[in-house]
Amino acid sequence: MSGWDWIASHLTDIAAATRDHVVLTIIAVGVGFAISFALALLIHRDRRAYAPVTAVAGLLYTIPSLALFAILVPITGLSVLTAEIGLVSYTLLILVRNIVAGLDAVPPEAREAAAGMGYSALGRLLRVELPLALPVIVAGLRIATVTTIGLVMVTALIGEGGLGQLMLRGFTLQNYTAVYVGTALSVALAVAADLLFLGALRLATPWRRARER
Amino acid sequence: METLAALLGWFSEPETWTGPAGIGVRLVEHVWLSAAAMALACLVALPVGLGLGHTGRGGALAVGVAGIGRAVPSYALLLVFFPVFGLGFATALPALVLLAIPPILTNAYVAVRDVEADLVEAGRGMGLGERQILGRVELPVALPVVIAGVRTAAVQVVATATLAALVAGGGLGRFIVDGFALQDDGMLVGGAILVALLAVAVERGFSLLERRAISPGLSGRPREELVAGPLPTALPPTGA
Repeated sequence: MSGWDWIASHLTDIAAATRDHVVLTIIAVGVGFAISFALALLIHRDRRAYAPVTAVAGLLYTIPSLALFAILVPITGLSVLTAEIGLVSYTLLILVRNIVAGLDAVPPEAREAAAGMGYSALGRLLRVELPLALPVIVAGLRIATVTTIGLVMVTALIGEGGLGQLMLRGFTLQNYTAVYVGTALSVALAVAADLLFLGALRLATPWRRARER
Repeated sequence: METLAALLGWFSEPETWTGPAGIGVRLVEHVWLSAAAMALACLVALPVGLGLGHTGRGGALAVGVAGIGRAVPSYALLLVFFPVFGLGFATALPALVLLAIPPILTNAYVAVRDVEADLVEAGRGMGLGERQILGRVELPVALPVVIAGVRTAAVQVVATATLAALVAGGGLGRFIVDGFALQDDGMLVGGAILVALLAVAVERGFSLLERRAISPGLSGRPREELVAGPLPTALPPTGA
């Protein structure tokens, strides 16, 4: 059976694997962003939290994914939960650092102007600081998402994995078409996610386009 | 609790440490594979990155390489090389080298490019040639950021050498893969702990080196400014 025949006869499998891959990625980046955002606000309010938070996130980031999954399996089993705990923990360092860097880069004048216009602390955060911090935050989201798309592959070894699962099965059966298809699709997903974030950033920050002209 | 007992059982077995497939042998395999990959990657990426940074040209190339490096998952690289090189060292090595090149190259490029123009001017004014400017002005200033790139790559290579157990047969990842296959929680978690310790040790080691690499002529300045590095554009790709 040639490679193309395999692809033609396995379109539903390939589509299902791609969908699983996307879902695992979205959950990981979504949950990771929520946690990181809370941590970044805490740091923004109290600088002393920065060192301990990044030390823990850095440690999690350093531990190889396969090792982290292996340590979790006896506790949480071969499950989506195990996969997501690992995936989420790898997004934290990148996201916390970028959200904090974004908030730090807001010009003090903008902050003072907002205070002068009578914004509450929450209003100022939502309407002034976050929009100005958005480019740096999105830069972090892009890196975290592309990284996660790659790491989802590894979760194939604990029974998840989306495209990684497709590739592992192909690898065991010496069907290398599956390996190549999985690789190509994961790269395509990474590029698509990157472009999506860039496009969204462009739409969300019209004032940056105005400045370019 | 059962896992803990299994773990202690595995670690207390003499065979675990000194057997023909023991920790000693696996650790040497792991470090040897990682070191060989890092040496080859540095040999390629450092001259190119430093050269591009010095001339200020090829920025698009450096950034492009980093982008591609980030998008191609290490797991995929290992499996893709398998049909070409078969089972063993030969499959894992090129995959690890390709993985290590982007962070080293990008950081070397960014580090040299970001050296203050005034310093380079001063060097030229003192009559230094281009090579001397790179070697005696730019490199000492850029060194911490260059080492940060090597550190990122090294951590990634050590992590991915774990996955290499799938195709290469050796390394500490073997304990994890076999632990899964044999449902031996002691071996599984024991292997994972060893891999994690090795990765953290490599990270700490390079961090220390990075701090020591700050040129004495510059150490009077606030350290933060020197080692903060090129965030967020040149952040490490993945921990694999």
